[in-house]
Amino acid sequence: MYLARVTGRLVATVISPGLAGVRLQWIQPIDEKGEPMGSQQVACSAIDSGPGDLVEFVDGREAAVALPGETFVPVDATIVGYVSQAVCGDLDLAKENA
Amino acid sequence: MFLAEVIGTVVSPISVPELQGRTHLMVRPVTPEGKVMGKTKIAIDSIGAGVGDRVLVVDEGGSARQILDDPEAGIRTVILGFVDSVSMHGETVYDHRA
Repeated sequence: MYLARVTGRLVATVISPGLAGVRLQWIQPIDEKGEPMGSQQVACSAIDSGPGDLVEFVDGREAAVALPGETFVPVDATIVGYVSQAVCGDLDLAKENA
Repeated sequence: MFLAEVIGTVVSPISVPELQGRTHLMVRPVTPEGKVMGKTKIAIDSIGAGVGDRVLVVDEGGSARQILDDPEAGIRTVILGFVDSVSMHGETVYDHRA
């Protein structure tokens, strides 16, 4: 799992059936200092996250496992948690943009 | 599995069910000598680790689901052990008591 900031949304109406109705969002993975870590990517969201939120996301097969529902959704990144506090040393990444 | 240093804590009040009630810790992969060696991840604690501990982390869903005893968990990064010491070619390169 990684920390990330949600930076935007993405709409794709013509999409593979498994992904119909799944919320797609732009995320920028970040490190413990809040610096970008790796490139921006599109993740689906299993919670009510939106742009500006600090979140946790999981990649790989667990991205599909984390999504509710029985059907297997073909995704490789899923936002699984909204982060209200992320403290490393004396920096709290959640406070930075509060 | 990789060796990591616990560098911070994360609180996620809104998350998928399998993450609720668990401790989320920020871990930084390091070499035995302590040099940073990869992306900062968020791991689910299963042994009571805390900031400053040197730990062993698995990053694979099947193992994570087994350790957390939850066959449907969309989790892959789990702290599974404290590291007492590391020796390479017969020489101790890390000792938690040092």
